[in-house]
Amino acid sequence: MSRFRTTRVLTALLSAASLAVALTACGGTTKNDSSDDQGGGSQATGTADPEAELQEGVKMAFLPKQLNNPYSDIEVSGGEEALGELKGEYKLVGPNDASASSQVSYINTLIQQQQDVIGIAANDPNAVCPSLNQARSSGIKVVAFDSDAAKDCRDVFINQATTQGIGEKLVEMASKLAGGSGEIAILSATANATNQNAWIDVMKTELAKPENKDLKLVKIAYGNDEDQKSFQEAQGLLQSYPNLKVIVSPTTVGIAAASRYVSSSNYKGKVAITGLGTPNQMREYIKDGTVKEFALWNPADIGYLAAYAGVALVSGQITGKEGEKFEAGKLGEYEIGADGEIVLGPPTVFDANNIDDFDF
Amino acid sequence: MSTVRTRPAGSAASSSGSSGRNPLAAVLRARELGIVVALAILVAYTTIANPRFLSAQSVRDILLGASILAVLAVGQTIVIVTRNIDLSVGSVLGLTAFAVGTVVQDNPGLPLPFALLLGMAIGGVCGMVNAVLVRYGQVPALVVTLGTLYMFRGVTYLWAGGQQITADELPRSFLSFANETLLGVPWLVLIALLVTVAAGVLLRNYRVGRELYAMGSNPEAAMLAGISVGRNLLGAFTVSGALAGLAGVLFAIRFGTIDAAAGTGDELEVVAAAVVGGVAVFGGSGTVWGAALGALLLTVIGNSLAVLDINQFWQNAIVGALILFAIGVDRLVAARTARALKKRNSHVR
Repeated sequence: MSRFRTTRVLTALLSAASLAVALTACGGTTKNDSSDDQGGGSQATGTADPEAELQEGVKMAFLPKQLNNPYSDIEVSGGEEALGELKGEYKLVGPNDASASSQVSYINTLIQQQQDVIGIAANDPNAVCPSLNQARSSGIKVVAFDSDAAKDCRDVFINQATTQGIGEKLVEMASKLAGGSGEIAILSATANATNQNAWIDVMKTELAKPENKDLKLVKIAYGNDEDQKSFQEAQGLLQSYPNLKVIVSPTTVGIAAASRYVSSSNYKGKVAITGLGTPNQMREYIKDGTVKEFALWNPADIGYLAAYAGVALVSGQITGKEGEKFEAGKLGEYEIGADGEIVLGPPTVFDANNIDDFDF
Repeated sequence: MSTVRTRPAGSAASSSGSSGRNPLAAVLRARELGIVVALAILVAYTTIANPRFLSAQSVRDILLGASILAVLAVGQTIVIVTRNIDLSVGSVLGLTAFAVGTVVQDNPGLPLPFALLLGMAIGGVCGMVNAVLVRYGQVPALVVTLGTLYMFRGVTYLWAGGQQITADELPRSFLSFANETLLGVPWLVLIALLVTVAAGVLLRNYRVGRELYAMGSNPEAAMLAGISVGRNLLGAFTVSGALAGLAGVLFAIRFGTIDAAAGTGDELEVVAAAVVGGVAVFGGSGTVWGAALGALLLTVIGNSLAVLDINQFWQNAIVGALILFAIGVDRLVAARTARALKKRNSHVR
């Protein structure tokens, strides 16, 4: 049965590919009876059928920024789980380095292998574009996750959390730990890290609000996501600002380094640390009391949601238009936002009570 | 400085004990003096800006930070004086940090000295691979160790994959070693001191040490003089690897979080420390004291820039400028002394 279906999907895809070329001028008017043709191809022209049944045997390949990265590994493990639930075929490929062009050859291979969906965390939004568009013109659905590709070369983007949501959460935790007033500092990744800088901008806006007027951001330090450098910067902060109450580190390397440093210094108990970190790397510091709480989205959920979105795309439930809705297994219902963005949700806060429930 | 610099070149093979003739003068003229002065100025300046820079906690932090780099720089010096270079140390550090981390994680009762020795053994084997390739492949060390840099890192990635060893998985006794002290001095610092002193004495006072300098000054002459170049080379790379392995264990102890990328890029900082410390990349001169001081200087620079609140974008540029400055001063002094020596020696010869 599944073999039969796969063949059918493939045939549909192939015919859709040629159809798409022929019909470029006709956008949107060629919706076939979807019970008759469930292949992804017909939906490429633009109408979703929310009632469409989720297909089995969908072949989805994950292409993270790089292999052997702890964070990517967790992300794609969620995708594997979801495809298991959906009876799809999971595949993982990827480069060993996160350079801009390293993903291109993998995309080309996936096209030749006639995958149904490519899930990609783009190393460079534009470098992967020509290949992704080539994939899409041969009927492959493209789901960007974690790090977006340019808008016009993917179908949907799974955003781990909105910039706004993360910035707000960071300020909320800092304010709570500082008791509503006092000096706080930020220990970021590199000075030009896009994500971190966007969050820091939101934090600044939040701090400017009247309810946070007693919180004073004294310095933004950059640990370059290196242990040694983050150690040094944390030391520098504590020496330069003896009244510092909270260090907020919106990067997993920075928060672990700062925690390790503080836990092994005289500053333990005098300064609070919070930010974005993984439960495994922070468990020790939560348990020894150095850190009270920190936040992160669950990376596995990103891959999980990406897989559900991919299968929904292939099945024709969604096309990537704003306002379309689909069910994503244990995560519940999601709605596509502007520009094909699907937001995972608010970050999870970890503390001594719940940290042992998580293993990533 | 240049007596230390030139003398080994000329007389290393013949005399092993001649360098200690006038200790006071040697100290005063020493190349290392420049680094000490630079350190003093930097510390004084930073302390005036922020008196807490010299607090006990801060001094301890600096020394702890410098100790890992110093251990690496000492190993690097031993290789560089033979006119070779070991670029694989960062990868060896990563490999041993992960290997020892995994072993300790699985055997929490393992005594710490064993962990240190295990790290040195793994690193030593990596060093031997380098030496064999350099010696029997007749390939320049720069190329060989560039290759093994990727190779050892690749092995680590293959093994570790995306795994991370985190602090909660390492036994507490292992991690707390980072804070333990002997008479107020942290063990990590003592280990670095011990390594520096041992290597310093070996290079300065022992036959094999002088032979290493001779090999770096003039490889052909060293070979003709009957120095077993191959054996010494093997020794130098093995020691460098073993020290990188030791540094890997210290890294694991200090940072508590290890993944396959640990120590990436460290090799350049290590070479920088050695060069700033007066070790000539063309071999034949320089001391481990200088290299260790260079490591200390680089660490202090990193810490004081953080304390002085200097814009991140400037930090790397400043470190680079300081390296160029150090080398510039070094060249100047070397050129002057070479001229002076020529004059002085002209009637002797």
